[in-house]
Amino acid sequence: MNIHEYQAKKLLHSFGVKVTRGSKATSPEEARHKAKELGSENWVVKAQVHAGGRGKAGGIKFAMSLDEVFEKSEKMLGMTLKTHQTVGAGKVVRKLYIQEAIDIEREYYLGIVLDRRREMPVIMASTEGGMDIETVAAETPEKIIKVGVDPITGLKGYHLRKLAYGLKLNKAEMKEFNKIMIPLFEAYQKTDASLIEINPLVLKPDGEFIALDAKLNFDDNALMRHPEIAAMRDEEEEDAAELEAGKYDLSYVKLDGNVGCIVNGAGLAMSTMDIIKLEGGEPANFLDVGGNASAETVARGFELILRDKNVKAILVNIFGGIVRCDRIANGILEATRQIDVQVPVIVRLDGTNAEEAGEILKQANIRQILIAEDLQDGARKAVKSAEGDRA
Amino acid sequence: MSILVNKESRVVVQGFTGKEGTFHAQKCIEYGTNIVAGVTPGKGGQCHLGKPVYNTVEDAVQSTKANVSLIFVPPVYAADAILEAADSGIELIVCITEGIPVQDVMYAKKYIKSKGCVLIGPNCPGIITAGEAKIGIMPGFVFKPGRIGVISKSGTLTYEAANQVVKAGMGISTAVGIGGDPIIGTDFIDLLKLFEADDATDGIVMIGEIGGELEIRAAEYIREHVTKPVAAFIAGQTAPKGKRMGHAGAIIAGSKGTAQEKITALQEAGVKVAMSPARIGSAIAELMK
Repeated sequence: MNIHEYQAKKLLHSFGVKVTRGSKATSPEEARHKAKELGSENWVVKAQVHAGGRGKAGGIKFAMSLDEVFEKSEKMLGMTLKTHQTVGAGKVVRKLYIQEAIDIEREYYLGIVLDRRREMPVIMASTEGGMDIETVAAETPEKIIKVGVDPITGLKGYHLRKLAYGLKLNKAEMKEFNKIMIPLFEAYQKTDASLIEINPLVLKPDGEFIALDAKLNFDDNALMRHPEIAAMRDEEEEDAAELEAGKYDLSYVKLDGNVGCIVNGAGLAMSTMDIIKLEGGEPANFLDVGGNASAETVARGFELILRDKNVKAILVNIFGGIVRCDRIANGILEATRQIDVQVPVIVRLDGTNAEEAGEILKQANIRQILIAEDLQDGARKAVKSAEGDRA
Repeated sequence: MSILVNKESRVVVQGFTGKEGTFHAQKCIEYGTNIVAGVTPGKGGQCHLGKPVYNTVEDAVQSTKANVSLIFVPPVYAADAILEAADSGIELIVCITEGIPVQDVMYAKKYIKSKGCVLIGPNCPGIITAGEAKIGIMPGFVFKPGRIGVISKSGTLTYEAANQVVKAGMGISTAVGIGGDPIIGTDFIDLLKLFEADDATDGIVMIGEIGGELEIRAAEYIREHVTKPVAAFIAGQTAPKGKRMGHAGAIIAGSKGTAQEKITALQEAGVKVAMSPARIGSAIAELMK
């Protein structure tokens, strides 16, 4: 799960991480009011969307007066921000963060992320602050210092020294850097974060380090033990269909193609997308109805997929293990009765009671249901059907 | 022979009396698995599915000499269950539970390693040695006995693959679901090593997916150390970047962990990679000719 910058800063601040002062605003009036409250002379108006690269896309603006805060906020609210991290048309700006402007001596990058290979969190730091870190990693990887922290040892002095020497900090700066690094790492562990990014981390002329920006992602599996973080979820930032799917314990990702698919199991669901592509079609989605597919989950799957008007055919691919195919066949029939399914539905059922299932579907003799012999036949029929050529 | 489990394995089920635990333990018993005990805190002394229930794994091990644990404990308590099993002298832990926080698994894995204990999963279908022991949630009948070993990150795709192997006229020695989480107890390399040394296995099928780099490291290992034929399939060739595809670990981060880089690495290591999920059976069949 992602949260906004204003939420991330508040959370990090509660762990003792020094962050810039600021407030959330949802209208130009409120923005002006919050700016006045901050009592600064210059401000930064920042779009609050779940995507990086806001600056280049026009989502971060400086303001020299309260009137300018109002004007810039008015322009920014409601605009659609398209950055290198957004998909499709971009993200609509619904919230702003009004922040004090500060003097900058130097900018750094600081991040903590799980290193899957080493199976521990790794702290990444760079003198190339304010840049897209993936670009730095690709072009000048030597400028990123990586320090893995074994969960057995925890964050120790030698980790901090490695970082400081890597960043070429002097003794006084090192001391200040530790003041932000130690609570930041504590926040990463205690909140079950999967990613923390401070970009840029700023060294002020007075020698203090401060987080100018903050990005936090959390391990979805751990949200159950952090209700206060789960409550920060901004549903407006998420894809409505994916969110709804999650509420039914389905895993759904919308894609751009026209062949919908309903599958049990994530690996088989990805493979089904792959075989649709191999047969010359384009998958419209990833949908895993769970290892224990039922009539209900299949029906929900139909509902979700049919909301996407690009979908011209649906491939149902179920490998029955513990779940019996005859039950799934009945579920499909039930779903097509309840929901008005206008597009061809290609059904491939294999595994437990697959033959009985085929018989049930044949007997029902529903025009838009086509029975597939096997996985490949199913994919082929689905692709042809989507092209309008009833196989 | 076979790998990891056989008729002699003495299994204790943690989370025995819960809904999932009961359902799947019953299926394991029907398959012929030697389940000797169950553990549910607070229900010690009872009898469930004809087996004794204990409050702690330690009690179960002392009374029944269980050496394998099968875990169906909910995600918040699952890491605790893994640690308890390791501390009680269990040698092999199979954790089915999906949705365990990654930090919990990270700590648990480090600890159990110090105990010399093997963890399969979490978030996996378990392990089956065809005709001998089913320690997991897979449909046993699909895995007809034979001489092909299977290693897979996925559940239903493993059943699909095993089914294709059987339809191609072969059968399964042992199949292991290693799980789709970012951190897993046992990976491809650990099992390739065991299958390479196993007299009952002639060929290996490995099923990977997008995310992480376990398949790439497996390719390096195969090139140097595996003489038996290996066929593979990598799911997610069409998966978009930055989106989690069901499994917590199935995500292309930046430009890393794509299906293509894994396929290329495996091919360069001499592995026959099926490009279509419908060709897994025929890929291994060709190699075994």
